Amino acid sequence: MTIEVRKPGLSTTVQDAGRTGYYDLGIPPSGALDQYSLRAANLLVGNAEGDAVLECVYMGPELVFTAAAVVAVTGAAMVPKVNGEERPQWESFAVDAGDVLSFAYLTGGARAYVAVSGGVDVPVVLGSRSTYGLGALGGFSGRPLAAGDVLPVGSGSGPGSEVVAGRSVPADLRTTYSKDVEVRVMMGLYDHRLTAGGRATFLDTTWKLTPVADRIGFRYSGAELETVDREPPFGAGQDPSNIVDAPYPIGSIQVPGSVEPIVLHRDAVSGGGYMMVATVLSGDLDVVAQSAPGTRTRFVEVDLDGALALRAERRARDGRLREALA
Amino acid sequence: MSARYSWGGDEFVFVELAEEMSLQANFRAMAITNALREQRPDGLVDICPANASYQVRYDPDVLDPHALMAQLQELEEQVGDASDVALPTRVLEIPVLYRDPWTTETLMRFRDRHQDPDGTDISYAARINGYASEDEFIAAHSGSPWFTSMVGFVAGLPFKYQMVPRDRQIVVPKYLRPRTDTPKQTVGYGGCFSCIYSVRGAGGYQMFGITAAPIYDPTQSLPDFTDFMVFFRPGDIVKFRPIDRDEYDAQLAEVEAGTFRIRQAPVEFALAPFLDDPDGYNARLLEVLA
Repeated sequence: MTIEVRKPGLSTTVQDAGRTGYYDLGIPPSGALDQYSLRAANLLVGNAEGDAVLECVYMGPELVFTAAAVVAVTGAAMVPKVNGEERPQWESFAVDAGDVLSFAYLTGGARAYVAVSGGVDVPVVLGSRSTYGLGALGGFSGRPLAAGDVLPVGSGSGPGSEVVAGRSVPADLRTTYSKDVEVRVMMGLYDHRLTAGGRATFLDTTWKLTPVADRIGFRYSGAELETVDREPPFGAGQDPSNIVDAPYPIGSIQVPGSVEPIVLHRDAVSGGGYMMVATVLSGDLDVVAQSAPGTRTRFVEVDLDGALALRAERRARDGRLREALA
Repeated sequence: MSARYSWGGDEFVFVELAEEMSLQANFRAMAITNALREQRPDGLVDICPANASYQVRYDPDVLDPHALMAQLQELEEQVGDASDVALPTRVLEIPVLYRDPWTTETLMRFRDRHQDPDGTDISYAARINGYASEDEFIAAHSGSPWFTSMVGFVAGLPFKYQMVPRDRQIVVPKYLRPRTDTPKQTVGYGGCFSCIYSVRGAGGYQMFGITAAPIYDPTQSLPDFTDFMVFFRPGDIVKFRPIDRDEYDAQLAEVEAGTFRIRQAPVEFALAPFLDDPDGYNARLLEVLA
């Protein structure tokens, strides 16, 4: 079966769990920015957790199904409609051949995920079906969807559990969205380039997400960070925020010109010459992913032990999700 | 010279081998990451060597972070100053049309973001580096080989470090504000690094010219890309060869016909003899392309 794209939405891409092993050549992991919503959407329709889905940003697409299927929409609050009739989110529902799936306006979060039983079956490139737009790689022809595209749907690589409509994520396992969020970070990388005051400003400021927020990075405004005076080392450049070009961890927070921190996300540029002062915990990248422009954000410091404890909590929640949808 | 280790959240370790750029630091990064690739402990996800630093991504559910860091520190000890390490690599010839019409058109569009709004990127770079003319500057840029010290930023973009003593290195600042456009395969320059932009897009490096040679081919249709879609690897040694418009057009026709190949030859690069006699070593290195 296939899905025809009648309207593409603002920027709808095919994404899965992402690709690893090529970051040293500048090819980032890509994959769903909100990995928890990806997992939930796939489990709802009986797919494997990492199968390919559609990631829809701010404004949903309009899609026509050529055969009956089971569909689920998770992530951002963007009510799905089948032939104009509302359907629940975080719950699987059936569509028939010829049915049109569309979406109401976004009322919370930023990115919705649409899973279809069988998974979106674009070719696997370097181990993943995810779109990496900057490199025109993977996904559907290496780019966001356009009107007229026809997406193949697979026969499924799921665990074989029965595909049923009406399967639902329990309320306590659904993500809720707020315009005020906390994002847990570990300080480090080049944070020694900040003065004690600059460091305190970073952690004390309520940052606001600017409209410059995409799969590469999320830019925040709020304050200028004070840096330590220094003689620039050879090759680093003159600005106090410059470094000899270094690798950028996914989730790292760079601060060009000591203003407007940028959280690098899953389509990150893999390296460059700006100081990074902290890294978002891998699990909290989901929180960043669901931030819409204007979201007030506090960066909260945790240490490695704290980060590993939060990671264990996430794992436990994933386990509960799997059990609930088994 | 002891490295600085830092956690990059719960999945990355970042290691800065030196604050300033040098071939020694780059060689250490390469030697350590090559050794790590051979040991490849379970739970290691990505190994990224960079100019004077490197990072690894790991899965802390499989690999204990402290054990990993101890392993990296041990490798740092073992590799030492890496001056006795020999690196099997390639010498490549990249043809460059300096002062080409496409980057010239682009740089004129972004003059308001430049240090020298009345000049061009190459006239500015020539002047601040003390060259009497643009031709002399081009001769310096293309006259000695470059060591690929990092691949990244975007897919397959090589950073290159000039293989000359520091007092002869070209250094230029980046644009005051980055451009929103850079032609594909622009030969750029920022700080002490030359680069080749692998795809069209944003950029902050000064633009000196363009090459017809594709360096990233996600469709893997050209013969240089049968093994992989990214051409450059860290450690590749590059010689830029200035060409004229006729030769550029002829190469472009070869690219379109699917026959173009980057000239290359295998070499072994050793740091100590290079540092002892850079000019003599470079001359021998480039003979393999002759």
